[in-house]
Amino acid sequence: MTWFFFLLLIVAATAAYLGGRGLARRREKAMPRGQSPHSRPGQHGAYALIWTAVPALVVLAAAAVFSAPLERSLTLAGAPEAVQQLEPFRRDAFFADAHNLAAGRPAMQIWPAPYAEELPRESRRVASIAQTLKLAGMAAAILAAILGALYVFSRIRPALRARNRVEGWIIGALMACSAVAVLTTVGIIAALLYDSTRFFASVPVVDFLFGTHWSPQTAIRADQVGSTGAFGALPLFAGTFLIMLIAMAVAAPVGLFSAIYLSEYAGPRFRAVVKPILEVLAGVPTVVYGFFAALTVGPAFRAFFNQIGAWLAGGPLDGLGQYLMLVQNQMALVAGAVMGIMLIPFVSSLSDDILNAVPQSLRDGSYAMGATKSETVKRVLLPAALPGVSGAMLLAMSRAIGETMIVAMAAGLAAKLTLNPLDTVTTVTVQIVNLLTGDQEFNSAKTLSAFGLGLTLFLVTLMLNVVAQRIVQKYRQQYD
Amino acid sequence: MTDATLPSPAPKPVSAATPEARAERLRAGLKRRYAREKRFKLYGLLAIGVAVGFLLLLLGRIIEQGHTAFYAHSVTVPVYMDPARVDRGYPQGTNFELLVAEQQLARFGVVDDAQGTKAGAMRSLFSSELKFVAAERIQRQPGLIGQTLPIAAPLSDDADLYYKGQISRAVPADQRRLSDQQLDWLDQMKASGQVTSHFNTALFTNGDSTEPELAGVLGAVVGSALMLMVTALIAIPLGVGAAVYLEEFAPKGRITDLIEVNINNLAAVPSIIYGLLGLTLFINWMHLPRASPIVGGLVLALMALPTIIIATRSSLKAVPPSIREAALAMGASKTQTVFQHTLPLAMPGVMTGSIISMAHALGETAPLLLIGMVSFIPGIPHSLGEPTGALPSLVYIWENASERAFHERTAAAIMVLLTFMIIMNAAAITLRRRFERRW
Repeated sequence: MTWFFFLLLIVAATAAYLGGRGLARRREKAMPRGQSPHSRPGQHGAYALIWTAVPALVVLAAAAVFSAPLERSLTLAGAPEAVQQLEPFRRDAFFADAHNLAAGRPAMQIWPAPYAEELPRESRRVASIAQTLKLAGMAAAILAAILGALYVFSRIRPALRARNRVEGWIIGALMACSAVAVLTTVGIIAALLYDSTRFFASVPVVDFLFGTHWSPQTAIRADQVGSTGAFGALPLFAGTFLIMLIAMAVAAPVGLFSAIYLSEYAGPRFRAVVKPILEVLAGVPTVVYGFFAALTVGPAFRAFFNQIGAWLAGGPLDGLGQYLMLVQNQMALVAGAVMGIMLIPFVSSLSDDILNAVPQSLRDGSYAMGATKSETVKRVLLPAALPGVSGAMLLAMSRAIGETMIVAMAAGLAAKLTLNPLDTVTTVTVQIVNLLTGDQEFNSAKTLSAFGLGLTLFLVTLMLNVVAQRIVQKYRQQYD
Repeated sequence: MTDATLPSPAPKPVSAATPEARAERLRAGLKRRYAREKRFKLYGLLAIGVAVGFLLLLLGRIIEQGHTAFYAHSVTVPVYMDPARVDRGYPQGTNFELLVAEQQLARFGVVDDAQGTKAGAMRSLFSSELKFVAAERIQRQPGLIGQTLPIAAPLSDDADLYYKGQISRAVPADQRRLSDQQLDWLDQMKASGQVTSHFNTALFTNGDSTEPELAGVLGAVVGSALMLMVTALIAIPLGVGAAVYLEEFAPKGRITDLIEVNINNLAAVPSIIYGLLGLTLFINWMHLPRASPIVGGLVLALMALPTIIIATRSSLKAVPPSIREAALAMGASKTQTVFQHTLPLAMPGVMTGSIISMAHALGETAPLLLIGMVSFIPGIPHSLGEPTGALPSLVYIWENASERAFHERTAAAIMVLLTFMIIMNAAAITLRRRFERRW
């Protein structure tokens, strides 16, 4: 049905183009000698096409946006008394199940007596409302297309500045494209704020940011304001920070040194081989790193520490030995180390760009003073590139904080306030995945807390990114 | 920072009077400096070695863990279709696995106890697929009841692992999933030529399954393909359009700067935030179906958009202004100049950037988990609106599965995923090499 409608729209638009072009050609032929029209027939055709297709598309878009709330209020208005008196969350679930039944899917939950009888009738009703709205939207779109076409065909004449008008439309469309990028940001902030405010209505912000106890598993309903102690996110922040530190301890030196080697020492052939390899490393999906961390690095580290523990046990460091023998696969060190490896190409390529931006004259000056290459790098290049490099490191940190799959597969779920790299910790991103991937009611404080975490994560990474990009840009301008 | 040159060293008091002594000291210092230089260079090489070595280790481990998933073992057993057990009207209701197991026990001369534990143990060596194969055979030709037919079916995942050498007799019996007796039977079956090893076609022709020997990646591959199609159709036109506007038409000013900062930030927003956006915007507000390719494609499109905009802008920037000036001088309008000259010349760069961002989108996992692709979804999707899996989320699901046979299949799924990514990246590189123009 929908496909057929779009096909119809495409046919109508093509017809409008051909019709507009033909009409413009006929009018052009009828012109007296010596005069020429303002625009080419094809531009008239394009103008006709725009005026036919755009009104229809605008109406369709408006229908898509407004039909959902309209449908909601219509279904609610016509619903039986018992359903209307449900609390909002339950009512939404009821209508969701009505939709499920209408679409031939099984209901998500078993409904008790008064609702179970209503469900089939309600499902027929919601289906008919949805169908009516859909048809109404399509009819309005067809009407809009016809009106647009009537308007444009009444205006086609040789003096019409069709090209300028078409170009105006094109530029408008391009502007709309770049508006999407802005709207994405607005959408992210709106989505995060909408659900976070609902979460923070039941859990105070201070308790969330500075509380030290995290156990969302105990189902706390949004209307129970008393028991809010379980949403203290400090252990998650600590875990995220710890893993980020470990990752940076791996990625910063290795990435920086490989960038230094590539930009200062390596010949063109070496670069031609190594750079693509680093690009491959950067292109490996994080879920693959996660698999590797969980099944290769984790067991290897565990075996290593257990071995050391067995060796130390019974000696003067017996306590440490006993502890090391009990180390598990899922530790902060594994996730952090693998994440560090993942970040190497990122740090390396950013630093490489930054080192290359340092003017050759600085190097030449240093060499002329008799400095060796390494002395030039250490005393001239790095101080000169320091702002840029630190910007790159901030960007890498922001990626480490936001990285999800490696930690989800290798770090674990236990929220502990610890800085011990051999302990299992959990991170903000792991908890978001964990909170939102189970089968639970969406509107509980438990699921909403994921949006509180998401908002915190977004703000922190945004801050890091803005600062880092500022620094990198300032630095680039310096040598331009 | 041109002042950041060598810190001017304070003139050291020269104590050694003789030039020989000074030269000697300089030489010693030089030696130390050269040693330091060598060490420094070595650190750099070492760093690159770590990165390259890690990549090799990663790929090597995945191939090592995954190559065994590409072949599987099947069993072909003669089955006497006992008229007393097989219902002519409803063959699906027959417990063929038990029937086969009992006949197999009889063939090996094993006497079962009253509870039928041995038949149960034997039965667990066969895949549940056996039942469907046999039932289908009987359904098609009911006349076969009462005869003895060869029935071929996959072995269970544990039996398959034993033949692949991943379950060892050396391990104490209570720590492995197969008993000594079951291992003996498997040896006997192998010796009697009932077992054949073959290419694991199920891995490529089946959707996901809870049973490893029947699980395949096709559903996820189709799901990923549908999703990428949506992503490409939305993100590439929008991204190119936005980049063309910002680079060629937008008045340079505060708003454009703000949009640029905004796009750079969007490119660095953690992917899981896009998952939250998709969950709220597309599923909770717009009521699009959970875990469907349309939602996945939209989320990935929003993620890919900034990358495509950045790539397109930089390749538009690379087109020299003389081209634009020539077109304008010939009387072309601004729009005609862009769409007939600048953009076509920038196209190789645009396509390369787009393909690379599509490859990234293919490997993106976290947002897909949030829009529901973490649940078990069997079958192969046929439309944009039905729930589906995706390759990266399949990797995550299989990695979390408890059956050991899923480990090798996870690695195999990763190999499939990486193959697609390598193909896309190779296409991008070829495109770049082929059409790149230096001005």
